[in-house]
Amino acid sequence: MQEMAIPNATLEAPPAADAIIRAQKVEKYYAQPSQNRIQVISATDLSIVPGEILALLGPSGSGKSTMLRMLTGLSTPTAGEVYWHGTPISQAEINVSIVFQSFALFPWLTVLENVEAPLQARGVPPAERRERSMKMIDVVGLDGFEAAYPKELSGGMRQRVGFARALVVEPEVLFMDEPFSALDVLTAENLRSELLELWTKKTMPTKAVFLVTHNIEEAVLLADRIVVLGRNPGHIRTDFALQLPQPRDRKSEAFTHLVDYIYKVLTQPDVAPAEAPGQPAEPRTRDQRQMRYQMLPHARPGGIAGMLELLLDRGGRDDMYRLADDLAFEIDDLLPIVDAAQMLGFLKIEEGDAAITPSGEVFANSEILRQKELFRNAAVENVLLLRQIRRALDAKSDHTVPEDFFLDMLDEQFSEEESQRQLETAVTWGRYAELFDFDSARRRFVMPDALEEEIASTGDAK
Amino acid sequence: MNLPHPLARSLVIVRKTPFFVDLGVAACALALFFAVVSTGVYWFQKPIPVVPISNSIGALPAYAFYSLVRMAVAYFLSLAFAVSYGYIAAYNSRVEPWMIAVLDILQSIPVLSFLPPVVLAMVALVPGHQLGIEMAVIFLIFTGQVWNLAFSFYSSLKTIPREMLEASRIFRYSGWQRFWQLEMPFSAIGLVWNSIVSVAGGWFALIFCETFTMGARNFQLPGLGSYIQSATNSGDVHALLAGIAAVILIVVATDQLVWRPLIAWSDKFKFEQVESSEQVTSPILELLRRSRILDTLPGRIWNQVEEPVYQHMARTRECRVVRPLDESKSAKAPPAFWAVAVAIVLTVGWAAMQAMFMLSTITWPDLRLLLEGAAATFLRVNASLLISAAWTVPAGVAIGLNPPLARIVQPLAQIMASVPATAFFPILLIGLVKIGGGLGIGSVALMLLGTQWYILFNVIAGAMAIPSDLREVSSLYRFTRWQRWTRLILPGIFPYLITGMVTASGGAWNASVMAEYSHVKDRTLQTIGLGAQIDAATDHGRFAMLLLATIMISLMVVTMNRLVWRRLYRLAETRFKLEG
Repeated sequence: MQEMAIPNATLEAPPAADAIIRAQKVEKYYAQPSQNRIQVISATDLSIVPGEILALLGPSGSGKSTMLRMLTGLSTPTAGEVYWHGTPISQAEINVSIVFQSFALFPWLTVLENVEAPLQARGVPPAERRERSMKMIDVVGLDGFEAAYPKELSGGMRQRVGFARALVVEPEVLFMDEPFSALDVLTAENLRSELLELWTKKTMPTKAVFLVTHNIEEAVLLADRIVVLGRNPGHIRTDFALQLPQPRDRKSEAFTHLVDYIYKVLTQPDVAPAEAPGQPAEPRTRDQRQMRYQMLPHARPGGIAGMLELLLDRGGRDDMYRLADDLAFEIDDLLPIVDAAQMLGFLKIEEGDAAITPSGEVFANSEILRQKELFRNAAVENVLLLRQIRRALDAKSDHTVPEDFFLDMLDEQFSEEESQRQLETAVTWGRYAELFDFDSARRRFVMPDALEEEIASTGDAK
Repeated sequence: MNLPHPLARSLVIVRKTPFFVDLGVAACALALFFAVVSTGVYWFQKPIPVVPISNSIGALPAYAFYSLVRMAVAYFLSLAFAVSYGYIAAYNSRVEPWMIAVLDILQSIPVLSFLPPVVLAMVALVPGHQLGIEMAVIFLIFTGQVWNLAFSFYSSLKTIPREMLEASRIFRYSGWQRFWQLEMPFSAIGLVWNSIVSVAGGWFALIFCETFTMGARNFQLPGLGSYIQSATNSGDVHALLAGIAAVILIVVATDQLVWRPLIAWSDKFKFEQVESSEQVTSPILELLRRSRILDTLPGRIWNQVEEPVYQHMARTRECRVVRPLDESKSAKAPPAFWAVAVAIVLTVGWAAMQAMFMLSTITWPDLRLLLEGAAATFLRVNASLLISAAWTVPAGVAIGLNPPLARIVQPLAQIMASVPATAFFPILLIGLVKIGGGLGIGSVALMLLGTQWYILFNVIAGAMAIPSDLREVSSLYRFTRWQRWTRLILPGIFPYLITGMVTASGGAWNASVMAEYSHVKDRTLQTIGLGAQIDAATDHGRFAMLLLATIMISLMVVTMNRLVWRRLYRLAETRFKLEG
């Protein structure tokens, strides 16, 4: 690929009127069955301007997808307004497309029919429809597969159909919701560079691209501007333009610095992010709401132990992104493990480096039964939810407590789905630590029989 | 195996409706019943001629044709109604809980007990008597078929993956395009499987209700059911056998000519990412596909129809703006909505009151009779289920673990399940009269005829679905026979067994209405039971008894479903699910 001119008009904050889509103080709440409202996104401004690829990064639960859906008009903000060229989006005839993570192709339609369907919806006459679709299928490199059904294609080819369908309507903004995360590494890489080529050569008439991803390298590779979201509730942590010329070299120092920087931002949710390297940026941050419960990261105890052992082999300290790279993990895989180790006091994050603590070192060096014990102590000490479950079990004469009891408490703080996941993680941890067991038929927490007395007595001694 | 999964799906929807919804629905049912009965009673004195039935075998094709037409009309009406009902319920959150509660309860009511009042009402509505009775019978089959179709369509609509819905919104599909390209294809498989069950139920009811007596009146329509009935009454065994043969022939032909091609065709609507290795094949479908005209012509005609629709829809506002998926539900209802709601509540309330007044004419001895009958029928239904399970589980497992045999037996069991047991009932009766047995055993035998095939069919499928590595484990560790059954086979077939038992239990309750009371050659055979009470009340025109008996039978079915079957289903869905 040759050197491309990247439109860099976005370095200075553009006047709002130029924005294709502009979100103004949008907020999103989800109503819970129990009348509680959970805020998933706090008041946020965001603009999509012509000529840029904007990447939205964030850990799971930061409302990336919700943001995308509000910007496309698929979801109505609870407060605030989204504008399309200055008109409220609910009244404007907008022209956008989405490429979905799950492809969302219609399995009963052929490739051609899938690509034709959006044109059909716009009342394009059959002859023109066919011609435009064939051309777009050609552009994405699926020539000859027009009559195939999606299930006959590989994942990569299916996503190509997804691209063809999205581009055939010549959208002004192309939205992509983790478009490569369901694909294997090589296929994803291939598709990414082809997308970049279409964009830089202006083969697609699209004016802006909005990419939601949890893959930091992907964002740094493709984007002209990166917005990093924080969670609880979702908010913008940092928003900066990239000045690296295309094509970008993953090995270059500027590239790794940026990746490292984003890791730092993501792993230190409480610290205001520093400036992005090599460019002026206006870091924005806000206080986390005071939470009763910490959010349990959805990591398995085995994963925590494995990560700590790996870190110990490296002398107890390493760069986050290198760790992720070596494990071939994406940030959504690694972050929960790091968070969990941090929460249990086994790990510290310093300057984007993961550093093992003394207790973490003992943990990593111990054999399995001892590890369980250390994990148990750390969990009871550091994790409120586990401590509460344990106390409740100790207090009850029959030593069982229904799941609903804790769900109700979590419900005040997390969405229904997240409460469920929090409890699932708590069960995994509790079982590993032999703190308690869970009877899934009766949906109740119970004491593990053999350990019941022993733990009860040590618990009293404390 | 090609198990009707969509069926299973429709039964386990978790509903969280407050009890007043159920109460309201019960009131609606009462009101409806009263409305039907009172119109019927009002016109009771109208003379209705009986179509004479010839016992000659030469007349059979014509009768078969009449019955087929009735079935077809009823089926297409059900399909159309089910699709609109499911659609409204799925997309209108205001009425959704009510409509689903109505579905849930109506699905559990044995339709046959509605026959008499429905006939009276329909005859009243249409002055041309023949059409009136025809409509009554069609309406009855319709009510038996429509609910599971509607449930299936509704639950399919509710389970469309979110990203598919979002795709249809962001690409600004019109309602028309969404219906044909997303909603219908996504529901197709469920609708096909439920249609098979529905039509089987339809035949069961049709054979029974083409001929019946009410008070001094006889109603008879030309058709296979009447033919079989008349052959039984005149003791003409040849005609009887010919009639039964015709029924079986039709069922087998429907299976081969309609259902198999449909199942094979609907395979393309499977919502899966990879192509499955196992596919239903149908020679008929292959034949149709090879015909060039049939392959392209319908598509071309359809395009001619569709194109203007798309052109027009694209210009409407609906297609120019992306509509959010989470439109605020708290939008104010229009005053018309409230006016209609109030009117409905008042009417329902009044009619339900009237029905209650009607019930007040019931005396204590009557009530005792009904309660005894309820207990007897309850025992009989469960006895028949237990007996069916007792022989079908070992037999089904033996067959299912022997794949070559299973491949032959399973389709047979499937067809047997679709042959209406009502067709065999006359033979059973004649046999009983000959050996002097009573209807007490006879009715259990009839329920067995209808129920066991469903269970057998499902158990075979369950046994075939037990993974072979689990079976190898059990032989590797030398499980005893007891261990093999309790640790492997029974848990393995549990979800399938429950699916079969639920269907069978519904069938058995329905059968009880006709099994406990029967006329053979001027003799009336009967035994204690709710079904017998319903029939007797029909015969004597005692609507209060009829109403109360129907309420009791419905209550028992609903209670059993709620307390037993739904729980077992959830257990099957969670704990005993073999992840594949």
